[in-house]
Amino acid sequence: MMQFMLLFSRQGKLRLQKWYVPLSDKEKKKITRELVQTVLARKPKMCSFLEWRDLKIVYKRYASLYFCCAIEDQDNELITLEIIHRYVELLDKYFGSVCELDIIFNFEKAYFILDEFLLGGEAQETSKKNVLKAIEQADLLQELCAFLSPSPVMSTLMCLCTDWLPSLLLLLLLLLLSTLHAELLSAWHLFLCPEHLTLSLFGGGGQST
Amino acid sequence: MSDVVEKTLTALPSLLSLDSQPGSAKLSSTSKLGSLIRGITELTSKHEEEKLIQRELLSIKEQVASPNTTMRQMKELMVRTIYCEMLGYEASFSYIHAIKLAQQGSVLEKRVGYLAVSLFLNESHELLLLLVNTVLKDLQSTNLIEVCMALTVVSQMFPKDMIPAILPLVEEKLNHPKEIIRRKAVLALYKFYLIAPNQVQHIHNKFRKALCDKDPGVMTASLHIYLQMIQENPEGYKDLTGSFVTILKQVVGGKLPMDFNYHSVPAPWLQIQLLRILSLLGKNDPSTSEIMYEVLDESLRRAGMNHNITYAILYECVKCIYTIHPKSDLLEKAAKCIGNFVLSPKINLKYLGLKALTYVVQQDPKLALQHQMTIIECLDHPDLIIKRETLELLFRITNAQNVTVIVEKMLEFLRISKDDHNTIDLVGKVAELAEKYAPDNEWFIETMNTVFSIGGDVMQPDIPNSFLKLLSEGFDSVEEDRKLRLFAVNSYISLLQGEPGKLPQRFLQVISWVLGEYSYLKEDLESAAVLRLLAKLLDMKNSSSETKSWVFMAMTKLCEGTAGVSVAQEVSETYSSSMDTVLRQRAQELEHLSQDSELCAKVLPRGGDREHVEVDSSLSFLDGFVSEALAAGAAPYKPPHQRQEELAQAKVLSLEPYSLSLPISMSSCSITDRQSPTLLSMSSGLSGDSTDLSHKGGSTTLKLDGVKRVWGREGYLSQKEPVEESAQVEVPSPVRSPNQQEEGDSSHSQTPTVTPTLGCEQEKQQLASSLFLGLSTQSPVCLMGKSEPAPQRFRRKAKSLNTSEQISNSLISSPSAVDNLLCNNLLDSSITSEPDLSPPERTTELTTANGTCNTETALTDSGMKGSNPALNRDNSVDATDPPSHEDMDRPKNVCLMSHLPAELCGLAHSEITPLCTNQSLSLSACHVQKEDSLVLVVFINNCSDSDIQQTRIQVDSEDLEVSCVGDSPVEELRSLSVAVCQYSLTVKRPLVNVEVVGMISYQLPVVTTQELQFSYKLPLSSFIRPLMVSTEEYGTMWLAFSNDTKQNLTLISDEQEPLAATLNVLRKKLQLHIVEIIGMEGIVACSLLQDQPCLMHCRVHAGTLAVWLRSPTPDLPDCLIYHCQRALQCH
Repeated sequence: MMQFMLLFSRQGKLRLQKWYVPLSDKEKKKITRELVQTVLARKPKMCSFLEWRDLKIVYKRYASLYFCCAIEDQDNELITLEIIHRYVELLDKYFGSVCELDIIFNFEKAYFILDEFLLGGEAQETSKKNVLKAIEQADLLQELCAFLSPSPVMSTLMCLCTDWLPSLLLLLLLLLLSTLHAELLSAWHLFLCPEHLTLSLFGGGGQST
Repeated sequence: MSDVVEKTLTALPSLLSLDSQPGSAKLSSTSKLGSLIRGITELTSKHEEEKLIQRELLSIKEQVASPNTTMRQMKELMVRTIYCEMLGYEASFSYIHAIKLAQQGSVLEKRVGYLAVSLFLNESHELLLLLVNTVLKDLQSTNLIEVCMALTVVSQMFPKDMIPAILPLVEEKLNHPKEIIRRKAVLALYKFYLIAPNQVQHIHNKFRKALCDKDPGVMTASLHIYLQMIQENPEGYKDLTGSFVTILKQVVGGKLPMDFNYHSVPAPWLQIQLLRILSLLGKNDPSTSEIMYEVLDESLRRAGMNHNITYAILYECVKCIYTIHPKSDLLEKAAKCIGNFVLSPKINLKYLGLKALTYVVQQDPKLALQHQMTIIECLDHPDLIIKRETLELLFRITNAQNVTVIVEKMLEFLRISKDDHNTIDLVGKVAELAEKYAPDNEWFIETMNTVFSIGGDVMQPDIPNSFLKLLSEGFDSVEEDRKLRLFAVNSYISLLQGEPGKLPQRFLQVISWVLGEYSYLKEDLESAAVLRLLAKLLDMKNSSSETKSWVFMAMTKLCEGTAGVSVAQEVSETYSSSMDTVLRQRAQELEHLSQDSELCAKVLPRGGDREHVEVDSSLSFLDGFVSEALAAGAAPYKPPHQRQEELAQAKVLSLEPYSLSLPISMSSCSITDRQSPTLLSMSSGLSGDSTDLSHKGGSTTLKLDGVKRVWGREGYLSQKEPVEESAQVEVPSPVRSPNQQEEGDSSHSQTPTVTPTLGCEQEKQQLASSLFLGLSTQSPVCLMGKSEPAPQRFRRKAKSLNTSEQISNSLISSPSAVDNLLCNNLLDSSITSEPDLSPPERTTELTTANGTCNTETALTDSGMKGSNPALNRDNSVDATDPPSHEDMDRPKNVCLMSHLPAELCGLAHSEITPLCTNQSLSLSACHVQKEDSLVLVVFINNCSDSDIQQTRIQVDSEDLEVSCVGDSPVEELRSLSVAVCQYSLTVKRPLVNVEVVGMISYQLPVVTTQELQFSYKLPLSSFIRPLMVSTEEYGTMWLAFSNDTKQNLTLISDEQEPLAATLNVLRKKLQLHIVEIIGMEGIVACSLLQDQPCLMHCRVHAGTLAVWLRSPTPDLPDCLIYHCQRALQCH
C-alpha cells in the first residue's frame, strides 16, 4: 500500500501532499523536509528508488516538479513509477499540457483527480478515460452551479439529477433559456425533461426569472 | 422569439468550450487564492512569508466564524486554508468548518469540504466523529456524486468505532448498478478490514461476491482485501488458488476490455496483485504451487515488450517463482530474467536486478558468480543506492574466505555515507560478519574498532554489549582468550595515546571497560600509566557523564600501587564535589576502594568469574521489606497499567459511600500463588488488584470484566506450576543454545574452489576472485531455506554442562540461598530422591541447617490426618515432593501424637511438623485450637544415645503473646525419649502469617552447651473462631465497625448454588459462621480468638463474589480476605 505521495518543486516547495497513513503533523513535516532534501540532492541519472527508513521511496521528476511516493517493502517499485506516470498523464489530459502553475493554482483539482485515481493508497481506477469521466461529471455540475449562481433551489435541483451527462446538458440548455425567457420553459420541458425533474424545474425557473 | 433563440445559440459555444476544457479557465487572476499565491511568490524571505500567511489565516479565521459567510464563500476560504496548511502553517480552527461545509454545502461545496476533511484530519482525530452523520446521509442520497464522495472519504479515513453504523449502507452499495459505486464500496470495506478486521468478519461472503463481480475493476478492488487476508492466513484461502490462476490466465491472454490496458499491456496492476497473492499461496506448498506453474510461465513469456510496465510484471513474476515451491525450468527462466535486469543499462532495472539477486542468492549462489563482473562494477557505482544494494548482496554471500574483502568494502561505504539509518544498519551487519567469520584476533579487534568509531553513538547498543560479552565470556581455548584480550588492550592503549577526543562515547566506554578488566594481561604496562590515560578522558570536555562513570569504574578496578593510588586520589578529589550525583558516587567509591586494597579485591575480583551471578528475578529478597512497609501502612505496589486503569476509574462516578478509614489494603497484595517461597509475592498482587478494581468500579463492571478475564486469578494460576519450577532455577541464560551451535557446526560444509576467471581487467578480476571465494560452483544448490552458516570463529562457550549442574543444585540449595526458608522436609525429600547420598553427608547437612518451618498446613480434625492435599500444596516445602514427605513423616507423626497432652487430645490440631534437627535432638511442633487461644505444642525428641542435660527452651514472637502453659520446661531429657512443652498464643496484631521463633540450648555429657534455633509459622486462620450472632446483632455490629476492605473473590461455580457452596468452603476451612444467606447475598461472621470480631458481607455479582469485610481491628479484614482467597483457590 502506498504510504504517502508528495509533489514538490525543484526549489523544495511542497505542491501537493497526500497521506494514506495516519501521522501527526509534526511527523509529516519532518518526513517531508527530510525527503525533499534527500531527493533534491540526487543527480538526474541516478536510480529512482531509495531505501529510506523502513520504506521504499519511488520518485520521478517531470519538468520542474518531483513526484515522490513512499511504498512498503513488499510493494513493486516499477509499478509505482507507472502510477506516478499515469497520474501525470491524467493531469496532462485534464489541464491540457499541464505545468506547475496549473497545479499551484488548481491544487484542489489535482487532489480530486488523485482521489479518483488512488483510493486509500491503492490504485482504484487505472483507465485514463474513466477517471477523467468521473472528474468531468463533477466539474460539469460545478460549471452549472457557477452559471446559475446563488440560487439554493438550483443546487437542490442539481442534487436530484442522477443521470449523468446527456440529461445534464439538456438541463443546462433549458436553464440557460429559462434565464432568458421564462415562457419558453414550460414548452421545452414538456417534451424534453424527465418526469422527476418537473417540479423543481418549475420552482427553479420561477425563481431565476 | 427568434432573437431569444439566437442569443441562446451564441451563448452555447462558450459554454461548451468551458465543458471541454474545464481546467483552462481556472487560472483566473481575480480569485483570492490566486492573489495569495502571487503574493507569496513575490516575497523574498521566509520571515515575510510567515507574516503574510499569519495575516491571511487571521482574516480567514474571522470570516469562517462570521454567520454571514455563505457556503460558497466558505468553500473558497477552505481552499485557501488547505493551501496555507500545505505550506506548513497550522490552521486547526478551520477543521470544524471543513466538516460543516461537508455537512451543509451543496454538492460542490461538499466536495471541497470532504477534500479538506481528508487532508486535515487523520483517522484518530476526534472531530471525525462529527462527520459520521454527514457520511450516513450522503450514502443514502440519490445523487451518485454525493454517494461517491461519501465512499471516497470513508475509504480514506473513518473512526474505527463507528464502522458498524455505516457498514450496512456500504454493504448495500455492493449491489449498486454503477460499477464505480461498487468499486468504491469494496475499497471502503478494504479500509475497514485494515483498521478493524473483526468488524467485517461476518461479511466475508460479500468479499467473495465482489471477487466474482462482472466488472473487472470491482474484482481488482476486492483483491486488495484478499491479499491482506491471505497474508494473515494463507491456509484459509488455498481453495481460491484455482480462481486466481484462471483470472490471471484471462488477463494475460488479453480477455479484458481495452479500457484496462496500460500502454497496451493488459491490466498490469491486476496482474501484479494476482502474482503477489499467488506467491503467498504457493509458499511452502508444492501442491498449490503446481497449479500456478503454467500461468507463471505464460506471464514470463508474454511480458516481452521493452517497457517499464512489463518489467514490473516480470519482476513480480520472478519474485513469485522464487517464493513458491521451486520448479527447475521456471527457475532457469527466472534466473535469466534476473540476468537481464542486472545487465540492463537502465539504472532502475539494474537496481531491481541486484535486489532480486540478493533475494535469491542464498538459495542459488551460482547466480552471483554468473554476474560477478557486474556486481564489481556496481560496487563502484556513483549512485550510493546501487552501492548499498550491492553490499547487501555481498553480505548475503559472505563466508570465511571472503569476509575481509567484503567487510573492507562495507567499511569504505560507511565512511562516505551520511545517512544515519544506513549507518546503523550496515554497522550492525559488519559487526555480525566480524563476529561470525573473523580470520584472526588482530583483524577482529581492528574491525570492531572501526565499527565503534564509525557507528559512534547511533549504532544499536547491543553491538558494544555483545562485543564485551564475547570478550568476557571467552571461547573454547584459554590461550586464545588471553591473546584476544591482550590485543584489544594493546590497541586501545595506543588509541588513547593518540587522540581520544575524536572517539565516540560508546567506544570510550568499551575501551575503559576493557582496560579496567584486562590491562593486567599486558605485563610491561604499569597500571598507573593506564590510570593516567583514563584520567585524561575524564578531563575531556565532550565526555558524557555516562562515559565518565564507566571510566571511574575502570579506574576503581585498576588502582593499585602507590603511583596508581595517587592518581586515583587526585581524580576522586576533583569529582567528589561534582554536581552529578552518579559521578560523585563513583568518585567516592574510587576513593574508598583505592585506600583499601583488600576490600577492593573482594568487591572487584580480578578476572572474576562473572558467569555464576544468580539473579533472583522475583526480587524475593525484598519481600520482607515489602511486607514491613505494607504493615506500616504503605500503599501496595501497582504496575503502571493498573495505575492508569485506576486513573480512568477515578473519572467514573463512584456510587458507593466513601469508606470510613483508609484501607491498608493488604488484600491487594495478596498471595495467590507461591512462585517465590516467600511471604508476599509482588507479581501476584496483579491478580488481586484487578479484581479489587472491578468491584470498586460499580457501574462500569461490564467493561472491567474484560480486564479481569485477562489478568484474573484463574488465568494467572494456570501458569502456576511452570513458574514455580522456573523461579527456583535462576541461571543466566546462554546467548545461544548449545544445541544450535552444534547444529551449525555439523551442517557446515565448505569446499574452497577455484573461481572461474573472466577476461577482464586484472584488478577487477582480483577483486572478483577475492569476493566470490568460497562460493562453490560445485556446491549443491540448496533451494529451500538458507545456506548453512559457516563455522563461527568466536563461538561462545557451551554452557550446557553448567546449566544442568546448576539446575540440580538449585533444587536443593537455591531456596536457602534466597532466604532462610529451608526446611527439613525439603532436605528429607531431596535425599529420598537422591539415594546415592551417603549417610554421613546427610547428617552433616541436617545439623548445619537451622530449621525454619512454614506450616500453613490445614487444621486437621483428629480423624483425617493429612488428608488435604490441596492445602498441603500451599506449603512450599511440600510442593517439591509431597508423597515422599508424607511417607517419611507419617510414622514419626503417629508416634509423636501419642505424646500429645491428654487435655488437648479432643481438640482440633494441625499436623506435626519438624522444626529442626541435629545429631542428638529433633524438634517438632503442632498447634491445637482452643476456644480462647491457640496452643503450640513442641515435641523435643532426644534421638541420641546419651541423656541431655540442662535443656532450656525459649519461645517468643513479635506478633503474638506467648505464655508457657503447665510446668516449667524439662531440664533433663533421657536418651530416646520425648518431652513436650506447651505455649499458649494470642494475637497482638493481625498479620497474614505469624511466626514464632525459638531457641533451645542443651548440654550433652561430653560436649559443652549447644544451641539450636527454630521458627514456626502459623497462618492467621488458626486463630479465627466462628462468631455466633443473629442477623439483627450482625446489623448493629456492622454499623459500628470502622475498618473495612472490599474485594472480589472467585466463586465456586460448578455447584448448583454457587454462593452457598463458596460460603460452605469458607466455613469448613476458616471456621467462619454463616449467619444467613438471602438470595444472592450472604452474611458471615467470625472473630479473632474471642474478642476481635470480623463481619463479612458477600454478594454474587457478575460471576464473582464481591466481599465486604468490616472489623473494629485494623488490618484484620485485609488478612482475612487473603485467607479467604487462599481457601477458595485451593478448593
